[in-house]
Amino acid sequence: MSSFLQTLIDGVTVGGLYALIALGYTMVYGILKFINFAHSDIFTLGAWMTLTIAGWLGVQAGGGATGPAAWYVGVGVLVLTMVFVGVVGFVIERLAYRPLRQAPKLNVLITAIGVSLFLQNFGQLKFIFGTDPAPTPLLLPGVTLFSVGGVSIQLVDVAVIGTSLVLMLGMEVLIFRTRMGSAMRAVSFSTRNASLMGINVDKVISFTFVIGAMLAAAAGFLYTLKYPGQLKQTADGMWVMLGLKAFVAAVVGGIGNVRGAVLGGLLIGLIEYLSVAYLKSEYRDAYVFAILILVLLFRPEGILGRATVEKV
Amino acid sequence: MSLLVIDNLQVNYGAIKALRGISLKVEPGQIVTLIGSNGAGKSTTLRAISGLVKPASGSILFEGKPIGGAAPHKIVRLGISQAPEGRGIFANLTVAENLALGAFQRRDAGVEADREKALGLFPRLRERFQQNAGTLSGGEQQMLAIARALMARPRLLLLDEPSLGLAPQVTQTIFRIIRDINASGTTILLVEQNANMALDVAHHAYVLEVGEIVLSDAAAKLAQSDEVRKHYLGVG
Ligand SMILES: Nc1ncnc2c1ncn2[C@@H]1O[C@H](COP(=O)(O)OP(=O)(O)OP(=O)(O)O)[C@@H](O)[C@H]1O
Ligand SMILES: [Mg+2]
Repeated sequence: MSSFLQTLIDGVTVGGLYALIALGYTMVYGILKFINFAHSDIFTLGAWMTLTIAGWLGVQAGGGATGPAAWYVGVGVLVLTMVFVGVVGFVIERLAYRPLRQAPKLNVLITAIGVSLFLQNFGQLKFIFGTDPAPTPLLLPGVTLFSVGGVSIQLVDVAVIGTSLVLMLGMEVLIFRTRMGSAMRAVSFSTRNASLMGINVDKVISFTFVIGAMLAAAAGFLYTLKYPGQLKQTADGMWVMLGLKAFVAAVVGGIGNVRGAVLGGLLIGLIEYLSVAYLKSEYRDAYVFAILILVLLFRPEGILGRATVEKV
Repeated sequence: MSLLVIDNLQVNYGAIKALRGISLKVEPGQIVTLIGSNGAGKSTTLRAISGLVKPASGSILFEGKPIGGAAPHKIVRLGISQAPEGRGIFANLTVAENLALGAFQRRDAGVEADREKALGLFPRLRERFQQNAGTLSGGEQQMLAIARALMARPRLLLLDEPSLGLAPQVTQTIFRIIRDINASGTTILLVEQNANMALDVAHHAYVLEVGEIVLSDAAAKLAQSDEVRKHYLGVG
């Protein structure tokens, strides 16, 4: 029982990370109808910038002699990371994708792969992050908050789930309750008709990229909390795998649907952790992709997606 | 001064010459209609005015200022809004949200009053206010498209085939409201295939054939001309 509960907590925690990343995939797809392959690298950048910015603020790796950072330092690192990565998202959209607005989708897709390779390899430069793994900063003390059913609830789990939750609720409000949100939904329904409403479509697209990048950055930050230790270099396959699972989450939930991304993320996180706990754990990635195949076979539009005809 | 002056406008879609140098004028306070058969270039004309397609040559002047080639959202800000062909409503948004988007670039205090005015013109929309626009009937969607375009408080309203696919009775209603909108001071450029209705409601009319304007006159006069009666009104 206690291990089951622990598995659920882990599944939800990681599911929250997937959901945050999946939101970026799904929003960009919703508006531009292309898969932003560079999005997983934005997440990686978020994790590495967390480490970098924490270093600037004097937080020691692994606790060091000073112990964990004060809570407001942690919040500061999160905010600065999101802002920095948001700016990077803006610049990428401006330089790489905007010039291709009228180009065939395939060109944009290939460009996204190019941006992805660029980010992975640029990150390995000596004066950027380098090729060696680096220790994560200790932004939270490793304390147990309380125990339920024999499971000790850790502060980091609460922090990770709580932060994801706040961000996801923020997205819900942004998209369904604000002027900008209805503009985003309008653009995603029809760019042309949105422009007839007086909506500056380019501005909405920029905004979407920035928000998506900021959420991925937050996921990167939370990742360093949940998995302290050595951060792998930016071109490591493990980042791609995490990004891929988040992408699967977006597809399973219904690509283009923001609530679907959250649902898909949680589902994939839970399935991954439950299958690791109760089935052969070597196949953890395979389980996730099996779910993808099942969904694509029986409900290709995703759980919350609506069936659409491919526009020609 | 004319509200809108189009001079020698050419628009191409790749190799297809959709408009081969058309000229037309819209006088303030009027309803001007542009009629013509399928593929004549009617929608292309409205798209060019709204900035959705770029002119290959020629000019578009609105209130004396050139607007040809400007971005669509800037043209809305200048005072031109459009209810596009096929209605272009956002089916995933509610009626209320669709209407709010019509006033997207407005920051003035009059938005609410204009919404009430629009709902007064189309009481059906008030009943469906919180409903997803995708669940509306074709006629209701057309009403929404027009109401939404009015929310921009345009000085020139572009309507692209508002009668398309509607039952005669609904078409009657829509045309009556088009007259009301014009009577309350909005200038309208109306594209129609239903020449009967269009000539009936309009002050001035242009006939477009394969990218060229072939006739232009007071609507009442055109309705009497043999050529129009034969080709567009299905009589004689
Ligand atoms: N996006 C496009 N790409 C290529 N050709 C186009 C495009 N849109 C319109 N055309 C062509 O341009 C010409 C004018 O089209 P337009 O839509 O303006 O006609 P229309 O008068 O509005 O016709 P309808 O009454 O059928 O709506 C047609 O020959 C059409 O096939
Ligand atoms: Mg047309």
